[in-house]
Amino acid sequence: MTKYISSTINHFILSIGLLIMVVPIWIIFASSTHSSLFINTNGLQFFLGDNFIENYSRVLFKQSGFFNEITALKMFFNSFVMATGIATLSVITSLMAAYGLVYFKVKYATIIFWVIFITLLVPLELRIMPSYIVMSKLNLVNTFAGLILPISASAIATFFFRQFYKSIPDELLEAAKLDGTNSLRFFIDFLIPLSKTMIAAVFIFMFVFGYNQYLWPLIMTTSEQYWTVVMGLKTMYGSISDRFAFVIMSMIPPVIIIIFLQKLFIQGIFQNK
Amino acid sequence: MSFLELQNITKIYPNGTKAVNETSLNIENGEFVVFVGPSGCGKSTLLRMIAGLEDITNGEISLDGNVINNIDPSERDVAMVFQNYALYPHMSVFNNMAYGLKNRGISKEEINNKVNDVAKLLEIDQLLTRKPSMLSGGQRQRVAMGRAIVRNPKIFLFDEPLSNLDAKLRNQMRLEIKRLQRQMGVTSIFVTHDQTEAMTLGDRIVVINNGVVEQVGTPKEIYSKPNTKFVAEFIGSPQMNLFNCKIENGIAHIADIKINLNNSKNIEDASLGIRPDDILISDNGQHTCVANLVEYLGSDMIIYSKIGDQEFSCKLSSKIDLNAGDTFKFDISSTLVHLFDNTTGLRV
Repeated sequence: MTKYISSTINHFILSIGLLIMVVPIWIIFASSTHSSLFINTNGLQFFLGDNFIENYSRVLFKQSGFFNEITALKMFFNSFVMATGIATLSVITSLMAAYGLVYFKVKYATIIFWVIFITLLVPLELRIMPSYIVMSKLNLVNTFAGLILPISASAIATFFFRQFYKSIPDELLEAAKLDGTNSLRFFIDFLIPLSKTMIAAVFIFMFVFGYNQYLWPLIMTTSEQYWTVVMGLKTMYGSISDRFAFVIMSMIPPVIIIIFLQKLFIQGIFQNK
Repeated sequence: MSFLELQNITKIYPNGTKAVNETSLNIENGEFVVFVGPSGCGKSTLLRMIAGLEDITNGEISLDGNVINNIDPSERDVAMVFQNYALYPHMSVFNNMAYGLKNRGISKEEINNKVNDVAKLLEIDQLLTRKPSMLSGGQRQRVAMGRAIVRNPKIFLFDEPLSNLDAKLRNQMRLEIKRLQRQMGVTSIFVTHDQTEAMTLGDRIVVINNGVVEQVGTPKEIYSKPNTKFVAEFIGSPQMNLFNCKIENGIAHIADIKINLNNSKNIEDASLGIRPDDILISDNGQHTCVANLVEYLGSDMIIYSKIGDQEFSCKLSSKIDLNAGDTFKFDISSTLVHLFDNTTGLRV
């Protein structure tokens, strides 16, 4: 009986939390399916209207920006490329850095690791001038490479992988050695499959991190062709329902990534199964 | 020249600990050798040096005529069964066993045949598609052995592989390992701290203490003629009784008891050892003692008693009626005692 009561209370609390998170998004979504005129006269809406296709297709394909050079669709593409690039490169660099630090007899490996870790204290915003100078000297302004490279190494991901590798028993490496593996094969046949869930978790974190970038793309791009979704959010001057539609669409890519990697992601966060 | 030769092997860890000291050993092809000793005595280090998992500070190891000091473990053609099995958690049982073969570039068909054959031999052919996490301790043990056997290596190395199993399974696996080794005739080295395992498994036993080989011999030699006081104490269960005594003209004085050793030795500080089951208890024995404690083990019982302030135990058939507090008479025969000089620890 007490079990039943506590379960009811738990569900009640969870439901409230869920409502607090979902209702505002729902209101934005519902409102985005009405015409701007209707919202201006009747306020925010809780029920769906019938302008869904009209509003969303207009927003996706409308030429916007200061010089009307870019559509929302292109911004989504840009953001997707940037976020995927950052997530992929972060996973690769941090996997390999952690592998080097844990499995090779690197002198001062611990100190090197802490130096990497300390870079957490130096966010991109703080090193934005030097980063920009380096990128512009490399002629990477207004390129995807310029958007991606300076944020494609993650100290926190290196930290995660390092801790995980340290928890792998040495005997596994020794058994693999006796089975005739070399260091590259051990990395590919063992460490990557074993850290699959961790890779998914890091990928999602870094994807969302990359997707949310605002200041760096703002500085790195002078051409509207490289605008990202977050920059677009700032400069959406359309009608109210257009802006709502844009907001709703801007949430879709991270959500899709999470849906696809959810199972691995949860296992990755709670690694000690 | 022997199949595996260790010459003056020394291992000093970077922190200065000397794990193995000037050890030399010859092992013949097909032999089953057991390294036994207390934990931290260097037996595992020695095994790992043969496998190539530890650097050798000094000395030379040769296998089948080739010096292997600087050969990578992957090219030594040795297989090892680890204490915690070290199965590959993300691979199926089949792939666990096939991995080493794949790395050697053996054809798929041959790998299939070999793995299936070995799986049948070990009765794990039903488990080939499972992951290690879905196996019981005994099954994991079999897979770990299978992984070693399938490669058909020059040497098997076992690093305390039975210590994680419960007592019943341990006895069963012990017999199985012995049977498999006989059947395949592959040179094997087995490391354990359990003297029963050592006695039952080994063709020869190497007793190691503090990084030094104390004695090498067949189980029988080691049991009946221990070279040092350490071996005498370590091998045999219950432990050998060792009495501190003074030997004058072939007579050992233990407290007020005198034992005639039928020789004319004189040792100031000696140990007289006698196995608990070699103490002869009879109604017309020369010496008398009080049984302080009687441990009943079914067919046998162990009596704990004291001569002076030195404790000792005797093992005898539980058919004899003797209870704690009773006095009993016994003899110590000079032919059954082992004498050690306490200053050197060696047999005299």
